[in-house]
Amino acid sequence: MKSSSQRLILDFITYILLAIGAVAMILPFIWMMSVSLRLPANQFSREIIPNPLTWQNYVELWEKLPDQAYPYLLFNSLKISLLTLIGQVLTCAMAAFAFAVVKFRGRELLFALLLATLMIPSQVSLIPDFILFKYMNLIGTQWPLILPAFWGGAFGTFLLRQYFLTIPRDLVDAARMDGASLWDIFWRIYMPLSRPAIAALAIFSFKDTWNDLLHPLVYLPSDMHQTTMTVGLAFFQQQLQMGGKFTVLMAGAFLSILPLLILFFIAQRQFIEGIALSGVKR
Amino acid sequence: MDYGLRPLGRERLWLWGLLFPTLIGLAFGTIGSLLATLLLSFFSWDLIAPPRWAGLANYIALVENDAYLKAFTNTITFTALYVPGVVIFSLLVAVLLNRKIRGVSLFRTVYFLPTVTSAVATALVWNMFYGKDTGLLNFTLESLGLAPVCWLCRENAMMSVVIVNVWGAIGEGMIIFLAGLTAIPREYYEAATVDGASNLQQFFKITLPLITPSIFFQTLISAINAFQAYDYIYMLTRRGQGDSTVPVAVFSIYRNAFNFFKMGAASAQAIQLALLVALFMGLLFIFERRYVVYE
Repeated sequence: MKSSSQRLILDFITYILLAIGAVAMILPFIWMMSVSLRLPANQFSREIIPNPLTWQNYVELWEKLPDQAYPYLLFNSLKISLLTLIGQVLTCAMAAFAFAVVKFRGRELLFALLLATLMIPSQVSLIPDFILFKYMNLIGTQWPLILPAFWGGAFGTFLLRQYFLTIPRDLVDAARMDGASLWDIFWRIYMPLSRPAIAALAIFSFKDTWNDLLHPLVYLPSDMHQTTMTVGLAFFQQQLQMGGKFTVLMAGAFLSILPLLILFFIAQRQFIEGIALSGVKR
Repeated sequence: MDYGLRPLGRERLWLWGLLFPTLIGLAFGTIGSLLATLLLSFFSWDLIAPPRWAGLANYIALVENDAYLKAFTNTITFTALYVPGVVIFSLLVAVLLNRKIRGVSLFRTVYFLPTVTSAVATALVWNMFYGKDTGLLNFTLESLGLAPVCWLCRENAMMSVVIVNVWGAIGEGMIIFLAGLTAIPREYYEAATVDGASNLQQFFKITLPLITPSIFFQTLISAINAFQAYDYIYMLTRRGQGDSTVPVAVFSIYRNAFNFFKMGAASAQAIQLALLVALFMGLLFIFERRYVVYE
């Protein structure tokens, strides 16, 4: 009897703590939506539900910003993120398959080398990559953001290899007996069976590219027709804050995270399982 | 790991085809870049005139440069505050969520939201929260009868920036720890309860030792992120000319390379940052040998 009342108290404390944390986590998002639906005159009001409620900030964002930038930013971000996703899934899966399934000399060494690169800060490669792309005359184009996605990556390869290792060997042996080539085994057995892990990598890649600030800032011109949503939003901050228009800024922020929020609610399981997968078994 | 298919005949070519993109990436993207940056750090180069050999001058200049030393110290301070913050808070959330209560998946979703959304967008809201006269935080403080705080002024900016960065990273850490926690067999706790161990004793004697691999992993990931932290800091503290009230090493590298086109100096800073990361990783792996329990 005593232990059940003790459990009740503990459950209560758990809920209180979790709820406090949850408010801290979600309040910025609620606030973002709330401010975006207010009249500019009420931007610093503390009401969560705007009174009166208005869509005018979204209209203004879409129509009145210089050069009608918003549709361009959206298109650029989508384009770069999707191409990056394709490059990452394809090239990481190829390497992961080689590391997980094929026996070749130097496999362990090469894999260890690849994993070690996870620890190289991305700033280290930023400078030589910039110089490389400069000599290829690609600075100011979107190629420096897309091309590197097609040369694999330690994180994606590691993630997919972990999953590939869980696929039963018997399947491979049986396919081999039937005369399947390496390519058949990769494309017809491993890829279809690894959908959860591939989905996870695709989502991570999309998210990281969509949210990236540093690389577009370095490589893309500060022209609102050619840069990404994230950089555009950072520029808006300077412009709009000076004009005192937090309401429009928040509308911009909300629209910029909306695609990811939708993706997250559709594919929440893959997000979470993907992270859990990267954390188990080294 | 000895198992593996042997490639047959022409499949050997296929194998290298599969690995080709990764090898290019190692050559140009990571390992090659590291070597190139190292080489560049011994030159003086503005991308226009041909590079000039500078020997150790770039490195010596760093030690004498107060602004850079400040940035370097800032990176270390930031890491020292951020890493324990992320590990402790996400472990706490995971432990709470791991008690079998209702609504776990709802809480998990909410805690995970900041991890998904862009730092640039959420930093805009935090910027409003941190407002000196109009911000929600100071409003709350004042209604509690406390003095308002200048959150983004020089003396407090580091703390404010760490808070937002930790806020944004709890979701991912929570998932790592939840995966570790659910892997601990329930029988251990049942046996301990039979023996009369309290909840607190169970946490310190069972949970904590068995979760050390996850703690190690999360510390590693958080540290890698901390040394490279940029987005929130840029959005909350940037000033003209790529400067910031909390200039961390990344700012310094960026400024030198892309505002002033001092490629040699920027490379020397990048190498220093890489050495700092390597040093930290080395220490972490020594700790791992001594304290991390693998079953």
